[in-house]
Amino acid sequence: MSEPVLKVDKLRKSYGSEVVLEDISFSVPVHTATVFIGSSGSGKSTLLRCINLLDQVDDGSIKLDGEDITAVDADVDKVRRKLGIVFQSFNLFPHMKVIDNITLAPIKVQGISKEVARDSAYKLLDRFGLREKAEDYPDRLSGGQQQRVAIIRSIAVAPRLLLLDEITSALDPVLVNEVLSTVRDLKMEGMTMVLATHEMGFAKQVADEVCFLHHGKILEWGTPAQILESPEKLETKEFLKRVHEAGRL
Amino acid sequence: MGRSSESNSGDAPYDFGGEWTPSQLEKDRRIARKARNTRNAWVAVSSSIFVIGGLALFVVTSPGWKSLSDTFFAWAYGVEVLPKIILGFGTNVMLTLIASTCVATFGLSIALIRTSRSPALAPFRILATIYVDVFRGIPMLLVILLVGFGIPALRIQGLTNNVLILGTIAVVITYTAYVAEVIRSGILTIHPSQRAAARSLGLSHFQSLRHVVLPQAFRRVTPPLLNDLVALIKDTGLVSILGVTDAVRAAQIASSRSFNYTPYVMAAIIFLLVTIPLTRFTDRTLRRSIERQNATGVA
Ligand SMILES: Nc1ncnc2c1ncn2[C@@H]1O[C@H](COP(=O)(O)OP(=O)(O)OP(=O)(O)O)[C@@H](O)[C@H]1O
Ligand SMILES: [Mg+2]
Repeated sequence: MSEPVLKVDKLRKSYGSEVVLEDISFSVPVHTATVFIGSSGSGKSTLLRCINLLDQVDDGSIKLDGEDITAVDADVDKVRRKLGIVFQSFNLFPHMKVIDNITLAPIKVQGISKEVARDSAYKLLDRFGLREKAEDYPDRLSGGQQQRVAIIRSIAVAPRLLLLDEITSALDPVLVNEVLSTVRDLKMEGMTMVLATHEMGFAKQVADEVCFLHHGKILEWGTPAQILESPEKLETKEFLKRVHEAGRL
Repeated sequence: MGRSSESNSGDAPYDFGGEWTPSQLEKDRRIARKARNTRNAWVAVSSSIFVIGGLALFVVTSPGWKSLSDTFFAWAYGVEVLPKIILGFGTNVMLTLIASTCVATFGLSIALIRTSRSPALAPFRILATIYVDVFRGIPMLLVILLVGFGIPALRIQGLTNNVLILGTIAVVITYTAYVAEVIRSGILTIHPSQRAAARSLGLSHFQSLRHVVLPQAFRRVTPPLLNDLVALIKDTGLVSILGVTDAVRAAQIASSRSFNYTPYVMAAIIFLLVTIPLTRFTDRTLRRSIERQNATGVA
């Protein structure tokens, strides 16, 4: 087995006296998806922010392709170039057309020529059925379309690893599906991903591994079938029961 | 608001591209709308004539009107001195062009320094803050006097005694402080998530500023900046106190020669010819930017 794309080891993160993440260890092999589930405030977003170096860890290490990105002398910009992240609220740039949102990083960060960047952006838009929106500004798009553009924007730089943080929680149920099918497509193409989600059905479909996060610790992990259908820990069962009652399974 | 009333106005071209022809109901609505718009226009025109005409009548029929119009509105004399005043106004225009360029450059730099978080820039941040606080708090006339008379009094070799240059420097010093604050507030209104999104795409700090933060910030501050430009044009008249022969000074000379105030009125009219169109333009820009922000808010 080759080296995992991401390897997190004994990660710890606190805000002041509140410990948000504790003893987090897991690894993500290439072409696989690891899904984090857990109740609100359990630390899912914090974990993704730490991986993206938007937050500084207190202890432990994060290795990307074997390279310690939590090292003091790590090149933050270089690390971020290898990562794509999509946030819960779609942070498209409102002053730029869809096509320019997507090509900004390829042109400015990777130094790809404008023509080539636009070409590949159009291909991506085609693939996800958004070609006719290329020249629109983000405020003309529906929430689901905006979120799909945000996903396209983050994969346009061909990241090694894609981080998705509850990308559907700001959308109404009808729009959720179009976004989720976009992610499924990416998974099939072999994109390596780490996700946080409240959509258990979705987790079941794309996850190779599911981790249940509870009060900042990984309480239980395994295949989707193990965790979502026959969990061992009481907390996991209770969490799934609550999600079930909320109608999200 | 503005949008819907625009698209509802009576004779807007309704082109939906298809074979569609409006129903009788819609045709009636359009006729009714047109009638209402015509009626509104008439009301506006007649009420304006009544109010403004009444005011004019009141002024013209007042007892002092005759002597007032002789001293302030001696048009023949006004036309005679007009070339001199226009020549002087050329100085105001030049001063405005040079000063606004400098102010934009320095104002942006100071705004960037004040919003930066780099530790290396800490001393500059402090200096910039002091500078802005001080020069926003001093009347510009004082700054002009201090620079215009103070610097030559130092008798430092190589420093200019040219009042025009000194006056321009004083204007730039004061306006840079204002403009830096306007730009800084614009930068601060851009949500941090925009910068985070840019950074997480791999853009450097500078690239995020250049391509994501500043373009959005500038859109928001264009109306207040245009306001400052109008104010700047007017305030260039203040350098006349140093003896710069601008429009104000030219009018002063002409008026003191004849003891008639018409040259001042002429100068005022020339300033208005430039500032009023600019003010209207500013107004329109402001309305547009509010509409745009509302539209974004809805989505
Ligand atoms: N910047 C911050 N400062 C202080 N506390 C924070 C900060 N960000 C997050 N927290 C705290 O960390 C904990 C974990 O937050 P986090 O956003 O990671 O949860 P989450 O699992 O993503 O929740 P949700 O499902 O609601 O998005 C919360 O208790 C939160 O209050
Ligand atoms: Mg979260």
